[in-house]
Amino acid sequence: MDILITGILLGGTYALIAMGLNLQYGVARIMNLANGEMLVAGGYFAFIAYTATQLSPILTIFLVAPLAFALNWLIYRLMLQPLVNRAKNRGQLETDSILATFGLSFIGVGLMLSFFGGDYFSYSFLAVPVELLGSTYGANRVLSFVMAVLICGALYLWLNQSRPGLSIRAIATAPASARLVGIDVKHLSALAFALGGAVTAVGGALISTYLTLDASTGVVFTLKALIIVIMGGVGDVRGTIVAALLLGILETVVASLLDPGLTLAAAYVMFLGILLFRPQGLFGKKPT
Amino acid sequence: MNRRPFLKLVSALTIASALAATATTAETIRIGAVAPKTGPLAGGATVTQWPSIYLWVDQVNAAGGLTVDGEQMMIELIEYDDQTNPGETIKAVQRLATQDDAHFIIAPYGTGLNLAAAPLFDRYGYPQIAVSAITDQQPELSAQFPNMFFTLGTTTALAADVVKVLSDMRDAGQLGDNVAMVNVADAFGIELATAARPLFEEAGFNIVYETSYPLGTQDLSPVIKGAAAAEPDAFVAWSYPPDTFGLTEQAMIENLDVKAFYTAVATPFPGYGARFGAAAEGVLGAGGVNTESPAFMEYAAAHEAVTGEKPDYWASATTYASLEILAQAIEAVGLDRAAVTQHLRESTYETILGPISFDENNSNPDFWTVGQWQGGVFKGVASRGRDGAVPVILKDGWE
Repeated sequence: MDILITGILLGGTYALIAMGLNLQYGVARIMNLANGEMLVAGGYFAFIAYTATQLSPILTIFLVAPLAFALNWLIYRLMLQPLVNRAKNRGQLETDSILATFGLSFIGVGLMLSFFGGDYFSYSFLAVPVELLGSTYGANRVLSFVMAVLICGALYLWLNQSRPGLSIRAIATAPASARLVGIDVKHLSALAFALGGAVTAVGGALISTYLTLDASTGVVFTLKALIIVIMGGVGDVRGTIVAALLLGILETVVASLLDPGLTLAAAYVMFLGILLFRPQGLFGKKPT
Repeated sequence: MNRRPFLKLVSALTIASALAATATTAETIRIGAVAPKTGPLAGGATVTQWPSIYLWVDQVNAAGGLTVDGEQMMIELIEYDDQTNPGETIKAVQRLATQDDAHFIIAPYGTGLNLAAAPLFDRYGYPQIAVSAITDQQPELSAQFPNMFFTLGTTTALAADVVKVLSDMRDAGQLGDNVAMVNVADAFGIELATAARPLFEEAGFNIVYETSYPLGTQDLSPVIKGAAAAEPDAFVAWSYPPDTFGLTEQAMIENLDVKAFYTAVATPFPGYGARFGAAAEGVLGAGGVNTESPAFMEYAAAHEAVTGEKPDYWASATTYASLEILAQAIEAVGLDRAAVTQHLRESTYETILGPISFDENNSNPDFWTVGQWQGGVFKGVASRGRDGAVPVILKDGWE
């Protein structure tokens, strides 16, 4: 039970890491390699707000979200829209966006280095134990998990119940046909990209309450997010959540029952297994 | 406007700037530096390596430069980021040696990166005064690369003194026999765990829990839960910076109530004390300094004034001392690198840590090994040949 809860809490962290990339890659078709830098930037914001003004990261996210949304919208409009316009097919857009955002990630690291330096940033927020079913867990992890559930739940509902959500899913499913039924693909792609960036930055703010970050740790999160999104099925919110939880539980089971040294190996075995047996991801549809 | 005075002015300026340019090239000494500014070790290098280099360059230049053969030479620093990638370290050293014509190169940061660069320092004849490179291979390395010097001690010394500190606590009746030991699965952690295991057993300790975890592990709660379940009297982690923070926070959450709690790299960082505040009281860690020594206090104040950051309580001061040693050797024998290396082997140097000289293995035999947070400061509690160690205190919970 203890292992299961620890695993689910870790899975919540992974969902926070991957959800933004899922929107950016699944809907806006931008394979954003600068995703991790956006996460670290969100963490920096929370760190500075907390150390300078004692502002709780739970409140900080209401500042981080609109800022990150605006910033990502600008990045999409200025930098990625031209790539989308000139791309002849999805493959070309993916290649171009990988190259462009790879550069963007260097710029992100460089900017954060020059503003904040390369030192670790880490602060104590709610580093107190809470008891659940007889075992203790970090309150900051539990709180982040609750926030992850709220964010993922809200996204899921919005995508499934609202009209823009429906349109966004239409774009994710069939970008060419979506245009034919009067969906403003350009506008909604920018929206999805910006929303993905906002979710990522909020995730970073929450994660910074219990992980130690520095200016160049972003790439670690990009890789993890990429693995989760691919395992879950590109563009599928349910898939991302399930894959994140599975990964969290698997890593905790291996760390607790076998050896903490084998968690990476276990994660890659799971990734390989899913690629072998369901290359489209857990919830992805087979290409027709 | 009359053109003549204008032309005169322009030509005068041109000549003046040309003269100034030749004058500076004649009088500057080019010092190369390569260390991580990005990548996994960037956080450590940003605390320990770069600020001490900037401080040293700033102080030397403010004093008018180094006196080389009776001439004052200002320092020109050429710096490269190796991205914590040994391939980049090697490229940067090569570039410094062949294209930038650096007179001297400051040793890289981190054990692995120093070892990667050693063959190039050797090939181009640069002395390599390694600081953040802790290994038991020092005799073999100095035999293979006679230009390589070591300042921060060996793995076995670091592990042995932790075992000794714990043994002393046990002999004083403060501690039981049970130790939980974990390590990060990277060169430094593996080598320390391998060195510590037989030493603990020899000293009569039972290792009741032992495991390693990969570099970059995001959730260390299984490690701490496993350790707590074994009910140890002491907890020892051969850890690296991000996990040093992570293990401490998890230990607080799980209320791992041991009388001795040890984490390795980054425990002496000012950021550690700032992060954990009163809870850090009594935490043992790698390194230490004599915080009461006037030389260290003066260095720490200058470090903060020039770079805006506090030095750490371990390798920062040694990094600075290694540059003091380099400066003294250059002032003694000039820019001839072979002569400087020879001087390093033969002389004793006055540094902020006290006198330093190198033994037959090019190793500095006097260094700090264990420190402890006491009253908001990380004080040395065990050393080899250094004065000023304070008595160890018991860890009294995490409040």
